[in-house]
Amino acid sequence: MSLFNVIDVAGSAMNAQSVRLNVTSSNLANAGSVSGDPDKVYRARQPIFSSFQQTLADHDGISGVRLRGIVESSAPLQLRYQPDHPEADENGNVYVSNVNTVEEMVNMISASRSYKNNVEIINTTKDLLMQTLSLGR
Amino acid sequence: MEINAIALHEQALKFRAQRNEVLSSNIANADTPNYKARDIDFGTALKDAQTNTISMKRTSELHQQAWGTARGGNRTMYRIPTQPTLDGNTVESDVEQAAFAENAIHYRASLAFLDGQIRTLRFAIKGGD
Repeated sequence: MSLFNVIDVAGSAMNAQSVRLNVTSSNLANAGSVSGDPDKVYRARQPIFSSFQQTLADHDGISGVRLRGIVESSAPLQLRYQPDHPEADENGNVYVSNVNTVEEMVNMISASRSYKNNVEIINTTKDLLMQTLSLGR
Repeated sequence: MEINAIALHEQALKFRAQRNEVLSSNIANADTPNYKARDIDFGTALKDAQTNTISMKRTSELHQQAWGTARGGNRTMYRIPTQPTLDGNTVESDVEQAAFAENAIHYRASLAFLDGQIRTLRFAIKGGD
């Protein structure tokens, strides 16, 4: 029954979106973190999605979402002169993480919208399946 | 004949379910870079299935006719986006959602028709009620 595949596909998308939401929350939580060592500063992370083709011959065009990995942003770190900071380096500078809060808020909204979309898909499909089950009663 | 109508609606349901799958995979991949949205043209798919029927050989006219549909090839086609995106994704969420809703309503309609056919048959078999 092909309607059951819909639940798998939407489920994979919900999983991917929840990872994205997790990453966004981690980025936002670390938005203001600073360090005296540029290698130790928190860098914004971003999940990479790819579509995942089902190999069943019957199901051309059906693909779920797979998380391919999480990459760290290579955007430049902000240098802030703060000689009284305990983490400051010998020049009195600290490095601030390169999280862009506006970008992260947009990501958060986009992820939650997509998640809700997929929940709706599952609900509708579940309804259709239940109605099919009660056919002819 | 009654049975014919049932077979037609059964086929319609099958394609609606398939289209439901394709549309849900579009919505699932709304944020996947380079994903190309796809769709099934329901009308041509159904027409295809009706012309590609295979039936059992009958040695007497009185035998029941049994038929099935030959499985066609891939009927999914790529959608042409109205607005291109930077990441190469051609899913337009609102278009897909509208198509999904429309498809679900059609699925329900086919179910209702099928339900009616079955009820009618049962009514005839039982001779009322």
